[in-house]
Amino acid sequence: MGQVINIQPITRIEGHAKVVIQLDDAGNVADTRMHVQALRGFEKFCEGRPVEEMPRIVCHICGICPWAHHLASSKAGDACLGVTPPPAAVKLRRLMQMIAYVGDKLLNFYFLAAPDFVMGPDTEYATRNVVGIIGAAPDIAKQVVHFRHLTAQILENFAGRAIHPTFSMPGGVSKPMTEKEREDILGKAQKLLEFSKFTIDFAKKNVFAKYLDAIKSLGVIKVGHLGTVTDDGALDFYDGKQRLMKPDGSYDDFPSGAYLDHIGEHVEPWSYQKFPYAKRWGSGLSMDLANPSGVYRSNCLARINVADKMATPLAQAELEEFRSHFGRPAHLTLLYHYARLIELVQCAESMVALLEDPQITSTEVRVAVKPRAGRGVGIVEAPRGTLIHDYETDADGLILKANLIVGTTHNNAAMNLSVKQAATELIKNGTYDQGVLNKVEMAIRAYDP
Amino acid sequence: MPATVAEEWLNACSGCEISILNTGGALLELLPQLSFVHIPVLIDHKYFGPLGKGASMEIPEAVVGIVSGSVRNEEHKHVLEEMRKKTKILIALGSCAAYGGIPSQANMFTRDEVFEKVFRGSPSTDAAPDPKHENVPPWLESCKALDEVVKVDITIPGCPPHPDWIADAITALLRGGTAWSLPERSVCDTCPVIREKKSAGGPVKRCLENVAFNPEEGLDKMRCINEQGFLCLGPVTLAGCAGKSGVPRCVQARTPCRGCFGPIRKSARPMVDMMGAMTSIGLDPKTVVDRRAIMNRYTGAHGNLKPLPARPAGR
Repeated sequence: MGQVINIQPITRIEGHAKVVIQLDDAGNVADTRMHVQALRGFEKFCEGRPVEEMPRIVCHICGICPWAHHLASSKAGDACLGVTPPPAAVKLRRLMQMIAYVGDKLLNFYFLAAPDFVMGPDTEYATRNVVGIIGAAPDIAKQVVHFRHLTAQILENFAGRAIHPTFSMPGGVSKPMTEKEREDILGKAQKLLEFSKFTIDFAKKNVFAKYLDAIKSLGVIKVGHLGTVTDDGALDFYDGKQRLMKPDGSYDDFPSGAYLDHIGEHVEPWSYQKFPYAKRWGSGLSMDLANPSGVYRSNCLARINVADKMATPLAQAELEEFRSHFGRPAHLTLLYHYARLIELVQCAESMVALLEDPQITSTEVRVAVKPRAGRGVGIVEAPRGTLIHDYETDADGLILKANLIVGTTHNNAAMNLSVKQAATELIKNGTYDQGVLNKVEMAIRAYDP
Repeated sequence: MPATVAEEWLNACSGCEISILNTGGALLELLPQLSFVHIPVLIDHKYFGPLGKGASMEIPEAVVGIVSGSVRNEEHKHVLEEMRKKTKILIALGSCAAYGGIPSQANMFTRDEVFEKVFRGSPSTDAAPDPKHENVPPWLESCKALDEVVKVDITIPGCPPHPDWIADAITALLRGGTAWSLPERSVCDTCPVIREKKSAGGPVKRCLENVAFNPEEGLDKMRCINEQGFLCLGPVTLAGCAGKSGVPRCVQARTPCRGCFGPIRKSARPMVDMMGAMTSIGLDPKTVVDRRAIMNRYTGAHGNLKPLPARPAGR
């Protein structure tokens, strides 16, 4: 065997991973793997914890998408205890989720992804980062910092915490929204919507058009897609049925409680992160680049592929434009960045619509809950994909079992395929440079793991 | 000359790093004074060189080192030791780095119990042996705080730490300081609620219902959450979660504190002190459900949480 290339740490992503490329004697790629080296064990140490405490424990799984875990856990708790939160509580949960996601998508696009496009994938690593962006486009950078900070401030002022919230619990939420708060947040939300519209326009003109060649080649694979839709097929982040689409575009819908019939998780000896696969398709999991099976993707590109439509008008117009160029399902990996901004528009529009709903200020925001033995599956769409929390409680409402499949984990097999594809295409006869290795990482970064 | 900074995250969730970004305008003011030589979340510096050919892990030298997350596996330990070697002032950022944090709840279980559950005891998982590979670092025997492995110079606790304190500590270092710490005050010292030094008594309430308050009124019109009969760890938790001004974050949400900033001082015994605080207002600490885990929610390192022999299932 030939040289080993260690790309570690994978940078400008939100977690920990490394890529190891094994070259053969001729200097061509023999194998490429993405290893996840960390394991924390939430599924074990949640055992014994009171179910009403869970939303404020499991949010710590991810400091970037704590609201997704917070809400999936609340929904699993609702189901364990057999309660339906009041309508205003559901609207407030949805509102907090949308505000958090707007902040998250701005962070991902401008701080993590944009340096590859604005500075260019081959620039020296020392300038290919957010500091470089601030130098190259100071006015936009200033606005990004301002608007990201604004989403955090709204969450903190109203719900106490932007990161690792305590606001939602089984049965509803901890406090209602006053009319004064609603008016104040609505004004800010409208500005965030304007900036979201600016962002997708900016990206379409200055980024996606310029990098069409890279989009068409880098990390390209053809696999399935998973997401959540309403009964009429619109993309929904908080609730709905799950839709698992095959690479050819055909799909099955299933209710949250039936996820075990459709999704399995495979373990490889070389990564702590498991490899979810489409169990229902009956062909197991193969990460053979030439002929993958059982592999599907999650996160934004998967969601806009499985959805018949977006839930809001401006986002729907964006989806139509996107589909006129790339079809449905779209498979090109770098299109994740484009899909993320279409979702940004929906999140921003939904946020404004929720704040314009008079019911959101109702003071009925929680039903009291009673401990009981039960099981509950709570699924939301986290920024990084379909997030599954499955709990079983004992008669005292303490967790007996917890099973968690988090958004990025669904993409594990797909990311491994994309990174293998990118390395194989880009490294020939032992020739490569730092720009090439960065492009290999871009194939991972698109998934925003 | 800007000060050089190296940053790393270990057994972490990236909330601390997001909190750095949440410094907002202060971030833009600080940035020109700092030169980040290594920070995986933002900058593409690699351990094994830009071509991935290096023989050993290398982090550049820097004046300030910032590390978030606890130490869970051999690789975390190695990265932390390299950070200590290469930086003059090492900052433990966040409660995982300071006290083990939420992931140190795993210290209630053995390594084998955790791995058994994750790889063979989950209904969606095709049971398989534990991952074992040169690129999958083995777990240490427990989840540790940084100071159990190396010397730490400055601790900025919190889950996450408030951006005000991150900016404050870094500003102090830029002015030539070498030490920084939060004032020793309790969350209650910064909490505006009404306290009457007594409660209605009875068993401690779980958060199965909301605390009582009028949403049109401020926190200064709300009765203390402990005195309403719920467990709030404010009396034994270091203040500062809301930054330099502002009320405690969880109380702002009308929910009780769970101790994310850790103990008020290093020598404190929060569990004992909290029992005293509860008894003094007529609450029976023995009635707190899941007491050991809840009182050490962010502080399971330093031997505070350990596997108990023959623990009854689910407790």
